[in-house]
Amino acid sequence: MKPEKTRSKLFNRRAALLLGGKILLLGGLGTRLYYLQVVESERYKVLAEENRVNFRLLPPPRGFITDRNGDYLAINIQNYRLVLVPEQANNADGVEATLLKLSHLIDLSEHDVKRVLRETSRRRAFVPITVRENLSWEEVSRLGVNTPELPGVNIDVGQTRHYPYGRNMAHVIGYVAAVSEKELQNSDDPLLELPGFRIGKNGVEKEYDIALRGTAGTSQVEVNALGRVIRELRRQEGQPGHEVRLTLDMRLQDFIGERVKDEKAAAVTVMDVHTGAMLGLVSTPSYDPNAFSEGLRTEEWRDLVNNPHHPLTNKAIAGQYAPGSTYKMTVALAAMEAGISPEHSVFCPGHMELGDRRFHCWKRWGHGHMDMTEALAQSCDVWFYDVARRIGVDRIAAMAKRLGFGDPTGIDLAGERPGLIPTKAWKRATLGQPWHMGESLVIGIGQGYVLTTPLQLAVSTARMVNGGKAVRPHLAMRRIDGNTVEPRVHDPFPDLGIPKGHLNIVRRGMEAVVNGERGTARASRLRDTEMEMGGKTGTSQVRRISKAERDAGIRSGEDIAWRLRDHALFVGYAPAHDPRYVVSVVVEHGGGGSTAAAPIARDVLEEVLRIEARTVSDAGDLPDDDGSDRVKADDAKTEGTG
Amino acid sequence: MRVRHGELRAPELTLGQKFWQVNWGLLLLVSACAGVGLAMLFSAANGDWDPWASRHAVRFGMGVGIMLLVALIDIRLWMRYAYLIYTIALLLLLAVEVAGTIGMGAQRWIDLKFFQLQPSEVMKIALVLALARYFHTLNFEDIGRVGYLLTPALMVAAPVILILRQPDLGTAVMLAVGSAVLFFLAGVRLWKFILVGLAAMGSVPIAWNFLHDYQKKRILTFLDPEKDPLGSGYHILQSKIAMGSGGMMGKGFIRGTQSHLNFLPEKQTDFIFTMLAEEFGLMGGLALMALYALIMVYGFGIAVRARSQFARLVGMGVTTTFSLYVFINIAMVMGVIPVVGVPLPLVSYGGTAMLTVMIGFGLLMNVYVHRDTRIGRRWSDHG
Repeated sequence: MKPEKTRSKLFNRRAALLLGGKILLLGGLGTRLYYLQVVESERYKVLAEENRVNFRLLPPPRGFITDRNGDYLAINIQNYRLVLVPEQANNADGVEATLLKLSHLIDLSEHDVKRVLRETSRRRAFVPITVRENLSWEEVSRLGVNTPELPGVNIDVGQTRHYPYGRNMAHVIGYVAAVSEKELQNSDDPLLELPGFRIGKNGVEKEYDIALRGTAGTSQVEVNALGRVIRELRRQEGQPGHEVRLTLDMRLQDFIGERVKDEKAAAVTVMDVHTGAMLGLVSTPSYDPNAFSEGLRTEEWRDLVNNPHHPLTNKAIAGQYAPGSTYKMTVALAAMEAGISPEHSVFCPGHMELGDRRFHCWKRWGHGHMDMTEALAQSCDVWFYDVARRIGVDRIAAMAKRLGFGDPTGIDLAGERPGLIPTKAWKRATLGQPWHMGESLVIGIGQGYVLTTPLQLAVSTARMVNGGKAVRPHLAMRRIDGNTVEPRVHDPFPDLGIPKGHLNIVRRGMEAVVNGERGTARASRLRDTEMEMGGKTGTSQVRRISKAERDAGIRSGEDIAWRLRDHALFVGYAPAHDPRYVVSVVVEHGGGGSTAAAPIARDVLEEVLRIEARTVSDAGDLPDDDGSDRVKADDAKTEGTG
Repeated sequence: MRVRHGELRAPELTLGQKFWQVNWGLLLLVSACAGVGLAMLFSAANGDWDPWASRHAVRFGMGVGIMLLVALIDIRLWMRYAYLIYTIALLLLLAVEVAGTIGMGAQRWIDLKFFQLQPSEVMKIALVLALARYFHTLNFEDIGRVGYLLTPALMVAAPVILILRQPDLGTAVMLAVGSAVLFFLAGVRLWKFILVGLAAMGSVPIAWNFLHDYQKKRILTFLDPEKDPLGSGYHILQSKIAMGSGGMMGKGFIRGTQSHLNFLPEKQTDFIFTMLAEEFGLMGGLALMALYALIMVYGFGIAVRARSQFARLVGMGVTTTFSLYVFINIAMVMGVIPVVGVPLPLVSYGGTAMLTVMIGFGLLMNVYVHRDTRIGRRWSDHG
């Protein structure tokens, strides 16, 4: 048995060696485990949390927009969405069967069905798929009754922006739409990355987007490896968007919209002459902003863009027109500042000769002897040719700039354009040509290069009748800067430094336009004799009238195609003795200012005064200019007349 | 370990006497491991006995029965039928190979309706028995002669090649290493292992040229899982995150986020150790490793106590097979070695591995019960 003994000894030795090796191996694995679980633990803990926890953004409700009386102009309405969770639809072809059942209950287009089936095959089975949006209440209740037979079908409530007043407010309020690639890059607000999130694209919605948007809340959720939400771990509510109250009066806005609805294209603005609060701002034609928040179809968009009357443009702030005779007050003020007396008399034979060129007055047979007041009242062109020739274009431009022309007025509304106030230097710089005296004459009657917006016309008139204060227009009741909203503190507007005497002469001229014997807007006197208005008509030539046409007796009007007709303008204010409101009206290709624009201005001013009177009797107290007595008690004392 | 009862006990024991010879300490250790498995499977199902824990318990119960049965069968019968069992296992392996070629691609099991038989698992036991018998009958002097080593080398090579063709690298490696251990324990000189090792390494470049492109790719991915980051690379990363985030004390029972949110793949089978380490931390992982270490020590103790070379080799052989399961699985889930489908014995969910392991422990128990039985050179010689 000797070999047997050596064999067992050898076995024992080697088995012990083997056991030692095994224990060593286990020890090595244990060390590795220690390394993973203790030394590198922190790193892996972070990775495990990253795996497990997802951040979700909670979109805040968008702030409402109201008019000065608290009427809602932009609200959020419940959008009932039909969503389908494929994994809950009972069997293999459950989604198709469910869609078939649904099509008996609600309208489902072929397109919708195909899209849902496509998304079903592409996404994970627990991800809800939107079948249809904007369900009517009737459809919701019909689905509700049938829920037991429709596994996986849920009604989801989202929010859509809604504009109750639609077209009449579209240009002021604007609209919301999906975030563009560029907007996404320029903002660090994570909300913009949410699918389906909409931001303001135009008007007040754009101007005050940050304040209206609010700040996002966050929700930390635990997800599994497939991305399915298991539970919510933590939730931080966001801050809802601020409510933005406008100075506009919805009743006035509606009245204006109704009044100009027969005009193909027009713009009307109404402003408080002291505070700059905008009471009305209308541009026609308009569009339905609700179509944008519901999602515009391509052909609808094409129609809006290709419409010759440009419904998407807010003509009140972005339409640029030659001011025509409404510019004559500016010229008159410039003349007085240059030392020309109001009594300066010019004989109007119906035209004026300069070199070998003849400049016509609108009145073929002439006005006879004219002084400044009469020249304004009867809008005599020859008087202003003479004055413009004497003072030159640059003095007119300097006065125009002070009155607010040539630069954006700074209204809190996106898309405002500056207009154009030409000077000699301007012409040299842009056209590279010297200035001709004849061009000064044309500027003198508000034609030629000069361009103004309807809002600038209102602002300049307000500055003339409020005692020469540099009033600036605004739409929001309170001062909104980014996401902070605070009461509007009126520092008194600076004085423009125009002598009161000069302003009074211009005002007398404007009163005579409406109320004088020979005033151009005499037909549009306010019917209420206690409330007089002052104003100025304007007719801005769209094309030069040729000598042949003039000889043939064609001046303007019905005999010319619409797009070649003159623009009709009017600026006015009321009451005449103590001006509070200013209005500007531009009717594109409307013909003469006295026939097309002045009656509209008259009706609007009457309505403004009527609303004011009603508000006074309703409140039993005189509202201050921003109507802030109805905003909030603590805001009220800082709001008010400047 | 139980102390020896009477050196002079009669060689033939009755069945009843044998039953009381069963090593209860070993059974306790094995049950403890299965208990850990039960708890982890309960957790894997988010605190439910269904679908894994309850069936694991039933399988373990049946496994204990099989273990006792295997333990009580006379060790000489096992030796007598060792070659027969080996031959049957080899034929079964050939059968799946043929079925796989004819039928539907790679198949590793035979469907017995009530049970899916994996011939490679049977082979793990059969090869230990066959090699133990061969080295038992071999003259100790002949162990040094290369000629006598050819037969057992072929006995190993045949199933290893068949299993490699399945392809199941994990099982093939286990068989090869497990067999090498038996050669070592039987007394084969160390330099011969070194020689074979060098030869194997030298032949790799030659063998490489005979492989198809898709086979090369498969092996490359196998060697470097980072090349396949969404496949096994992802699994290993998630497994490391699970263990690492468990820390010293773990996240608590049924509170492992990686496992319960399904970031961890196959948490109830191959990656169950990860889940244990995540929920019970380093302490839990080391505790289970300590249990395994104790079983290895028991295996060693039982083997060296046996009188016959056959019993010694069987005892050490099955313990080594068991150890290889443990090493490969734990090293894999820690990312030390590439991913191979090897379960954690007694803990992972799965019937086949449980059966193999319990039959293995049955044989170890058998060696303990028959530690004093002398076996002749041939099975007919009664020692």
